[in-house]
Amino acid sequence: MSTFVLLTITGFGLAAMYFLIASGLSLIYGLMGVLNFAHGLFLTVGAYSTWWFGTHLTGLGNVTVRYLVSALIGLCVGALFATLVELLLIRPLYRRHIEQVLVTVGLGLAGTALVQAIWGQDSRPFVTPKWMNETTTVLGAHVPNDRWVEIGAAAAVLVGLETFLRRTRYGLIVRAGVENRAMVTALGIDVRRAFTLVFAIGGVAAALAGALSNVYFGSVTPERGTSLLIFAFIVVVIGGLGSITGSALAALLVGVTQQYANYYGATSLHLGSSIGDITVILLLGLILLVRPQGLSGRLA
Amino acid sequence: MIRRFWNVALPVALVVALAFVPQISVDIPKLFNGPIDSPGTLQLLATCLVFAGLALTYDLLFGYTGLLSFGHALYFAVGVYLPAIAMTKWGWGFWESLAITAAFGLALPFVLGAVSLRVTGIAFAMVTLAFAQVGAVLAIKNPHGWTGGEEGFGTDFEKLPAALVGVFNTKHLYWLALGYAAAVFLIVRWAVESSPGRVWQAIRENELRVEVLGLRPHSFKLMAFVLSSFLATAGGAVYLLTSLTGPSPSVTSPNITLTLLIMVVLGGAGTRWGAVIGGVLYKYFENRLGAIGDSPTVHDLPGILRTPLSEPLFLLGTLFILLVFFLPGGVARLSLRGRRAGLRRFEQALASQTTPVGGGIEKAT
Repeated sequence: MSTFVLLTITGFGLAAMYFLIASGLSLIYGLMGVLNFAHGLFLTVGAYSTWWFGTHLTGLGNVTVRYLVSALIGLCVGALFATLVELLLIRPLYRRHIEQVLVTVGLGLAGTALVQAIWGQDSRPFVTPKWMNETTTVLGAHVPNDRWVEIGAAAAVLVGLETFLRRTRYGLIVRAGVENRAMVTALGIDVRRAFTLVFAIGGVAAALAGALSNVYFGSVTPERGTSLLIFAFIVVVIGGLGSITGSALAALLVGVTQQYANYYGATSLHLGSSIGDITVILLLGLILLVRPQGLSGRLA
Repeated sequence: MIRRFWNVALPVALVVALAFVPQISVDIPKLFNGPIDSPGTLQLLATCLVFAGLALTYDLLFGYTGLLSFGHALYFAVGVYLPAIAMTKWGWGFWESLAITAAFGLALPFVLGAVSLRVTGIAFAMVTLAFAQVGAVLAIKNPHGWTGGEEGFGTDFEKLPAALVGVFNTKHLYWLALGYAAAVFLIVRWAVESSPGRVWQAIRENELRVEVLGLRPHSFKLMAFVLSSFLATAGGAVYLLTSLTGPSPSVTSPNITLTLLIMVVLGGAGTRWGAVIGGVLYKYFENRLGAIGDSPTVHDLPGILRTPLSEPLFLLGTLFILLVFFLPGGVARLSLRGRRAGLRRFEQALASQTTPVGGGIEKAT
């Protein structure tokens, strides 16, 4: 029982990161039709900014304050970076979707290579606040505290995004744009501002995922953006493109399945530790066979 | 008539000329590290040719059929890993290993393609990426000790025909790679000019219209997918032989697919020569830029310039972005700019004004 609880909560922690990446991807795709291959780079930018400021702001009190401040700076850097990418690279290529995808592919490769050139290919240890590594006992399971932080952050983002989309004027424009962009333009609304906004939101969410992944894995590496991005893609396809709640549900499904399969596959069936990844991809295949439009029903 | 003649004569002349390259012992200092007939240079050229062929197989999918797959590396990796595993771990002979690879190289894309082609566009891209990721995970996970994990493993060279082993036989490997590139070129040309090939191009232009005409796009797309993936598997096997080492997980990385995409776009999607040129140029620059990064001239530069220059992928990624902006259509379209480029722009302007459903503009020829 305690193992099951631990696996579930760890799966939720992983799902939190998947959701943070997938929500931005899904919004960007839903509104602009751009599959953003540079989204993994946004995560890397957030993760490295958090790490860099965390190691350089040594004057700041204890580790927790330093982590919070550096993560906050990381989020700002992520937002700034994503906004610049949208303005400089995506905007000049509006309506040319393939070219936009190609540009994000090039940016993702070049950016990751640059990070690798500057800080090296190997992972670097990340100093985590001590209380995050300690455990809380829930139903007999010793759960590391950082899982709660991840789950809380993702839940806050989910609520915040939903409130933004449902209750504000800009949210209304974004939702309308996802439904029918041409109509929104015809009503005299400059959708392009919403494009930049959505990119900035995606950048913040991905950078937050980066800052959290530093704690979850206890290190920073240049490769993590790409590897998490692949699972975020799976989450987006399973959840249905353009749907935030769909992404959240799919992220939970993927994260938890991965953890269960990893543990039970390795202990009872002796399938090795990567069986979780393979199970998730098989799950994707299955869902595509049964329901090609994804869980939320939006046609991909 | 004259055009037909050149269509045949030019490739033949090029292949014959390239076949004589290993006999030239000229040293071109800036372009290559050693004389052209030295094993190192021949191996670089062989890699360039293998990737020219691979880029062509990707062009068949992306350029001709309009399928943006991000999982092409999987089929390439099958060709690299499976023969090596069969020979080294299972103790099979050379030809049996190739036979099982060919069989698997047909069956795998058939199954995976049938599933992933249920979705289109961007979702297809993501699904193929996910399937390819299984391959990458398996290669690192090392099931039954077959794949050697992150290190990969060395191939059992005893099993290979003697003509393909040893530094003195590098020219044979070069010819093998040349043969592969030429074969893929011919097959792709034959395929896209056959009647299914015309349907592929029709699907690229307007899938709905193909469906309305009473054809099933799914089976045609699957055909293109299987053919292209099978040729990529063959390319993987050639790569295994020419690389002189065993397989390593880097061949399963999604970056392989992305570089193929870059090659095709660099050269010009939907043109055979473009893919060939893109593949050769990319591999050549990837190799030579690494050498430039290590050269003393770059080492003396201040850190802020030196660090990015030491990473070929950074330079190539940046170059790629610039190309997408300033040279859409790639190198192969350079000669077609002018009148045809103007026509294309006119077509696009028209197409963007009409609704896309069923309203594709006839391709001007």
